[in-house]
Amino acid sequence: MTFRRWFADRREVVFVRNATEALNLVARAWGDANVGAGDRILLTEMEHHSNLVPWQQLAERVGAKVEFAPIDDDGLLDMDALKVFLERGPKVLALAHVSNVLGTENPLAEISAMAHEAGAIVVADGAQGAPKMPVDVAALGVDFYAITGHKLYAPTGIGALWGKLDLLRAMPPFLGGGSMIRKVTREGTTYADVPARFEAGTPAIAQAVGMAAAIEWLDTTLGMEAVRGHEEAIADYTLARVAEVPGLKVFGPPRGAGRLGPVSFEIDGIHAHDVSEILDRHGVAVRAGHHCAQVLMERLGITATARASFGVYTTTTEIDRLVDGLEDARRVFGL
Amino acid sequence: MDELYRDQILEHYKRPHNSGVVENPDLEYEDTNPFCGDEQHVTIKLDAEDRVAEVAFEGKGCAISTAATSLLTDELTGMTREEVVRLPKEYVLELLGIDISATRMKCAMLGLKIVKSAALGQPAEWEDEGETGTPAEAATF
Repeated sequence: MTFRRWFADRREVVFVRNATEALNLVARAWGDANVGAGDRILLTEMEHHSNLVPWQQLAERVGAKVEFAPIDDDGLLDMDALKVFLERGPKVLALAHVSNVLGTENPLAEISAMAHEAGAIVVADGAQGAPKMPVDVAALGVDFYAITGHKLYAPTGIGALWGKLDLLRAMPPFLGGGSMIRKVTREGTTYADVPARFEAGTPAIAQAVGMAAAIEWLDTTLGMEAVRGHEEAIADYTLARVAEVPGLKVFGPPRGAGRLGPVSFEIDGIHAHDVSEILDRHGVAVRAGHHCAQVLMERLGITATARASFGVYTTTTEIDRLVDGLEDARRVFGL
Repeated sequence: MDELYRDQILEHYKRPHNSGVVENPDLEYEDTNPFCGDEQHVTIKLDAEDRVAEVAFEGKGCAISTAATSLLTDELTGMTREEVVRLPKEYVLELLGIDISATRMKCAMLGLKIVKSAALGQPAEWEDEGETGTPAEAATF
């Protein structure tokens, strides 16, 4: 499915600044109206803070309880445990389509069916999923899907929330201001229909035009099937090459069909920051740190990883340079 | 020799001085670098004159943050709380003796921030240490 179709029904697409704002919008507008004292909110252990903190804030506001569905030692969502957590009747399951640390793709179609059976809506954080594969929100069965422009080769400051029309229409406004009203009087305000109701203020026009150009390029010049094929191939090559580095441990699923990037790792005896510092000298930029996933770091028993993430332009030669840099890091640290 | 990862830095990283916890500490503080999640825990025992008698630290960190706190804690014994609180950033940078880039400044300063907070008994005031110079100076580059 192309992005063009994703954006086909303008009423179901709310323009926001980024995935964080999209998820906050759901937690605020849908959450405040539908989650109450004693209710459960189900997340997973692999969530980015953008799909975790807004739900904790909602729980604090209304007196709900946040629970975390566990991952297994391969970094995959434990589906049996998920089933148990869903049987407790959460109002919402919010989870990443693809983990920004582990490269795990969550089987959203299967998960959505399970969640709906249990009476929960599904909020997908697509920041990492949308740039890597064709996304058909209807086939995935999710209720909301958040994307961010800067991961789609678009400018920063633009993103979108896709939501089911009936859910969006039932939601009260999020931010108040211009563009989101039907009529304002001294006594009060009536609100515009969706999506304008959720798009208060002057929009990020230039950024939206930039995102349109970027997704047109992804859809027509590259094709998202090809993008997925490249992502899988480069992730597989990286996993094969980094396995040659002594003392290196990868966090996330092993090599195999469907394993996407990024590839997160640590090297025994060298902190992730020092790994990234030395890789930088080789012209290889990785991110070191907790990747805004501190609950996941705690689950993995670490404070930081180095993370190699891939773009549509990443080549195997660049991965070879990454591995050369890792060997240099071991040399510098006398390993 | 590597300019950043000099032998002295690597030695302090691999075998940090004053590693561990002081029993029955008079001062204690723990903090994290919010950008990377690195954490250090400092414990200090004072003598009768309120000077540092014993200091120890533990935690998880990179070569720069670990070496910086290892070097810093070596110097603290005999200092008053007041002296500890007044230690400038440059003190740690001189101990390290290497060029610290803006991105690694938070690593280098984590221990100092924690030690000062311990001496104060509350979080030390700390401007953003991401920049090595003042904004006015940076603008002239």
